[in-house]
Parts: sequence; C-alpha cells; structure tokens
Amino acid sequence: MNSDEIYAEVRTIIAEILDQPDLQISADTKADEVEGWDSFNHINIVVAVEAHFGIKINTAEIEELRNVGELVELIERKRKKQKAS
Amino acid sequence: MRIIDSYWLATAEDLGAELRRIGAEKHPPWSDLVRLANTRLDFVQTNRLDKILQRSLQGGATDSAAWRTLRLAVLSSSTADQLIPALRVAALRRNLRLDTYTGDYGMYRQELQDDESTLFEFKPDILLFAFDAAHLFGGDNPSLTRAEADAFVEAAAQRIRGFWELARGRLAGQFLQQTVLPISHPLLGMNERRLPGSVAYMVDRLNWRMAELADDAGVDILDLNRAIIRDGLTVWHDPVLWHRAKQEISPMAAPAYGDLAMRLIAAQQGRSAKCLVLDLDNTLWGGVIGDDGLEGLRLGQGSAIGEAYVAFQNYVRALARRGVILAVCSKNDEDNARSPFEKHPEMVLKLDDIACFVANWSDKAGNIRHIAERLNIGIDSLVFVDDNPFERNIVRRELPAVAVPELPEDPAFYAQCIADAGYFEALRVTAEDFERGGQYRANIAREDLRASHTDLDGYLKSLNMELRWQPFDRVGLQRIVQLINKTNQFNLTTRRYTEADVLAIMSTPGALTLQLRLLDSFGDNGIIGIVIGKPVDQSIRLDTWLMSCRVLGRQVEEATMNLVAAEARKLGAARLIGEYLPTKKNGMVRDHYQKLKFEIMESKDDGATVWGLGVLEYKPFDTFISLTRSTS
Repeated sequence: MNSDEIYAEVRTIIAEILDQPDLQISADTKADEVEGWDSFNHINIVVAVEAHFGIKINTAEIEELRNVGELVELIERKRKKQKAS
Repeated sequence: MRIIDSYWLATAEDLGAELRRIGAEKHPPWSDLVRLANTRLDFVQTNRLDKILQRSLQGGATDSAAWRTLRLAVLSSSTADQLIPALRVAALRRNLRLDTYTGDYGMYRQELQDDESTLFEFKPDILLFAFDAAHLFGGDNPSLTRAEADAFVEAAAQRIRGFWELARGRLAGQFLQQTVLPISHPLLGMNERRLPGSVAYMVDRLNWRMAELADDAGVDILDLNRAIIRDGLTVWHDPVLWHRAKQEISPMAAPAYGDLAMRLIAAQQGRSAKCLVLDLDNTLWGGVIGDDGLEGLRLGQGSAIGEAYVAFQNYVRALARRGVILAVCSKNDEDNARSPFEKHPEMVLKLDDIACFVANWSDKAGNIRHIAERLNIGIDSLVFVDDNPFERNIVRRELPAVAVPELPEDPAFYAQCIADAGYFEALRVTAEDFERGGQYRANIAREDLRASHTDLDGYLKSLNMELRWQPFDRVGLQRIVQLINKTNQFNLTTRRYTEADVLAIMSTPGALTLQLRLLDSFGDNGIIGIVIGKPVDQSIRLDTWLMSCRVLGRQVEEATMNLVAAEARKLGAARLIGEYLPTKKNGMVRDHYQKLKFEIMESKDDGATVWGLGVLEYKPFDTFISLTRSTS
C-alpha cells in the first residue's frame, strides 16, 4: 500500500468518525481546522486507525502529530517496520 | 472469538452503504434502525448508527409508538463519553430507546448530594456507577498491615454503598454497579494475596465485598471482569488512552460494554429471552439422523466432536434447569427426530426436557411461530439455534424479532457462543424458574386434554383447579417483582415496581396485596397472578392487576375477582375502582373490567378507562376453581 492509498483510507476513517461523508482534507489539514475534530474524536480516529492498519501508536507519537500528512507518514513507517520484522 | 467482536451477531451485507442510505433519510423507519443494530458493528459503525438514531429522534421521528424509552445516568470516576453511543445502540438492539446522562467528570458526589442537581432533574430510571481503582485506592501501599488493608477495602466498599443510599433516597429504579477493573499491576506476582496493601489484591477483595453489599441493597453488578477474563485486559483497556483521556475502557470495547450493560437493564425490564429453540442434526448431535441412523450419529465419548456435542447438551440442560424453556424445531420425520432422545445412550437431553417438540418438513419460520403460540410466549422471547446458515437467514428475514446467533462452525464453541451472546441474562433465579420447563410441558398436556373435551365446562371441571392465595410476603417478593416487571400482555396498568416499592406498598395500611398460585391435576402453575389495591377514601383503587397468559381461558379472572371483592369487603371498602392504561401489548385486557361487571366511569382520549363496582352488591361468579388461603 503506497502513501496515496493510505491517505485515501485515512480520509474515509476520519470522514466516518466525524460523520461528514464528503469531508475534504489534505496533508496539511490540522485537527483544529476541521469541524467536529475535537479531543474526543481525535482519540476515536487514533483507535480506528490502529485497528484498521493493525498498528499501535505510542503516547509520545500521538502528542507529536501535527497534521494529516504526518499521521499518514507515521502509518506508512509503522507498516514498513512491521513487514520487516 | 472475543466478546468485544460481538461475533454472535450476523454480518450485514454492505453495511457502509446501508448506513449511508439510512443516514440520508430524514426519518428512517425505527424497524430499519433496530435491524442494523442487530448486526455486527465495530465502534465506528456503532457511533455512526447512534448519530443517525439521535438525528432521527431529534427531528421528531413519527413512529414513536414503536419503542419504550428508558433514561440512564452514568456516574463514573473516569471518562465514560466513549461508551454512551454504544449503550444507546445496544438499547436499540432490544427495541428500546435510551436517553442518557453523564455527569461532569468526577462530579458524581456533589451531584448525588444536591437535590437540585442536573442528575436528579434528568430523572433517570437507571443509575450506573463506575469507579476505577486509582480513584478508590490511590496508589499501592505495600507497608499496610493486613488489618489496615482490610479496613481500607471495607471503607471503600462502604463509601460506595453510601452513594447507592444517597441516590436511593431520591430515585427509584434500577442501580447498576460496575466491577472495579483489574488494571493495576501485581507487586509480588502469583502470590499477590500475601501483600495486603497491593492495589491489585485490594481490587479483588473490593469486588467480592461490593457484590455482597449489592445483594443486600438491591443493586445489580455489571461484572465486566468476566468479559475481560475472556478477551484479555489489553483489548478492553489501553494505558495510552487512560493517560491521555482517562478512558478506562477503550472505545474498541465500547460496543461490547454497551451490550453487557443493556443485558442487565433488559433483564430488569423483563426483556431477556425465555426459550431456546434448537435444531437437531449437526446442532445437538453430529450427523443427520435420517441418513446416518442412530449408530451413525457422532455423539458422546470416543470422538472429540461427539464429546463437544455432549458438552453443548450439558450446557443447554443446565440452562433449562435454571428456567430457560427448550423447544425443538427440526426438518425431519417426527419419529426419526425423536429416536435419539428415546434410544441413544449418550443423549443428555431427554424428551422430558423439551417443552415443545416440532419436527416436520414445513418451513422453520412457520414452525417457530407455531412454537411461540403453543408455549404462549412472545416471538421476541425466542432464540433459534441452527448450524445451517441458510435456515438462520430465512428465520432472520421472516422473524426479525427472533434472536438467531451466528453459530461458530465448530460445535466445541456452541455453548460459548450462546453464553457470550447473553440472551438469557437473568438477575436472580426463583423457585418458579426451576420448575418452568415442567410447567410449560404440563400446559401443552392441558391443551391436548382440552382438545379431547368437547365441552369447555367438562374440561375445566376435569382440571380440579385450586387458586391458592395470600397477601404479599417476603418469601414471594422476588417472584412478585419479577412478574410486575416482565408481564406485558395481561397487565391492566403496566406499572413497574422495584423491590423497595413493593415493600412500601406492603407496609401501607389498608392496602390489598394478593399473590395467586394456580394448582390443577397437572401440577403447580406457580404464582400466576398479582393484584395490588390502594385505599382511597371508601374505595380500593386497583393499582395493579396482572396475570400470566399461561392460565388464560380458565376462569382465573373470575375467581380472582370473587376473591378481590371479598377481601375488599373485609377491608371495609364500599367500592372498587379499576383502571385500564393501554400500551402496545396489553390490548387483550381492554374489556377486562367490563367482563367482570364493572361500570365505566371515565374514558380518556388516549384509550385509558376507569371503572367502578359496588362491593356490597357484588354477586360472585360461578367458577370451577376452589379458593384457598395459603398457610405458608
């Protein structure tokens, strides 16, 4: 799965959790720019991403995430690492 | 197979598209929402369905007669918001609407102490208490002596009991207490109990102690730890989310949490299933009796699969012994279907265990409907177990009210599946429960006798019925409360009372309370009728009159009426006032008081009626039932 595909799936997950089927986001999108993306939904997004991609995001990593692009990168990195091990 | 996956629920075809379609409708039909709630949903799908449900309710859904509303308040020491949508969807799954309230984080104490708090303003029917170990115990304290640690545990338990009592002073209804989750880490290890001040050990003891106190206080325990033992703590609790948001339970586990809590609530509401309807071939034994013959069946010692079927039968029989009714629904020639029950040495279940046995070549949905009629129970109180996905799907489609578990392929997991699904959740057992299977069997024997009698009087006479009655007492209390809360059809007012309410009624001077037991030549039907009358001036107002539908058409109404009139006279009342409050399910008693010669006093727009009867002029009905006062 390349980063575009991951990005598309992440968008679907976020759109479903925020209940906005037509949600438009880009790599630069930050949580506080999106309606409904509050701390409660942020956790839901992280948990859903973990389950969907079969990864675990660390406490520190959650703190550091700044935008959607970084989330996609993090997923990609974790999946590669998993494959390698 | 984990509880958090709700694996017993059927998988919807293209759930995403369904959710989008229903989400786009302004007022999706309630039945569509219920159907989706009965499919397997992860937490994101659960939250989406809840959003659709809330939108539809806020927009003033039109078919509001379809559901009953309950109000739940959650008082939690940690964050519980992530669990709320799942609680509402689990209610929807049971055809209930749940309105919810969660207090401000950690504010439950103040809310309980303040008469005018938003909690009491919300007027919950159900209170759910959830406390975490950190909140109760702080951290580990390895230097505590055993006596100190014991006192610490007891103090925590008494504090919790204090919260129940605070709430009980202001609220009736059901209280649920969640067990404290075992999220603390052992300090010694396997022999943790030798370190009294370890939180891991104190939590174990607190959970035991809390359950003891809960029994005395009429509080029901939500034992999450049982599910956690099945699934593993790591899927229920995520330390990352705990530190980040004080979520003790992960959103991943929310759908299961909602279902476990709603089971207790549904049980209290009398909505647990009552009857297990079993297929035979490859469900109770391996193989097909019509093809393989008795000798060819895989059942019993000697093969792993044969033992798995025996284990399943053992579980089913244990369920029957604690009050679950068993029925058989099989596509077979009847003689073939019965032969293993009669002749196979390894069969655990016997024909005597089966209240209603249906084996023919007709479609199963029709047969299941027939079983419900024959047993005189609601179609929504049936669970149908069949290894064949084709039959399961037909029954789901034709009879959406019947629960049909997605049975695992391996019979070794059958019992686990039925247990995990929690269809038969019960808060307690009564003596009646132990006898239930026999009672339903006897009922069918009575029906057969009726069919053989050409005249009804001859039949009723041959039953030698005796109505044995007495005022409410402590011994009968559990059964009385159970009947008050689960009788829907023959129930004039459908007023629900807790144990505490019933005790209050019992101690009201001049109140009339009757519990009625019907005996006949086939045996004891158990307590089948409840009457509560409250004194008002010179009258007694019949607050509650309910009966088990099992004894309909046997003059029990008339005999009870004779008793009510006689007892009212003894209490010095001149008049009896009867009330009928219509619900979706109690249409059968609309004319109850008219049939009993009451006169109409009032007829309201919503269909409610009020009736009156002069006690002094009352002429008893002739019946074939003798009345005796119970001496016990």
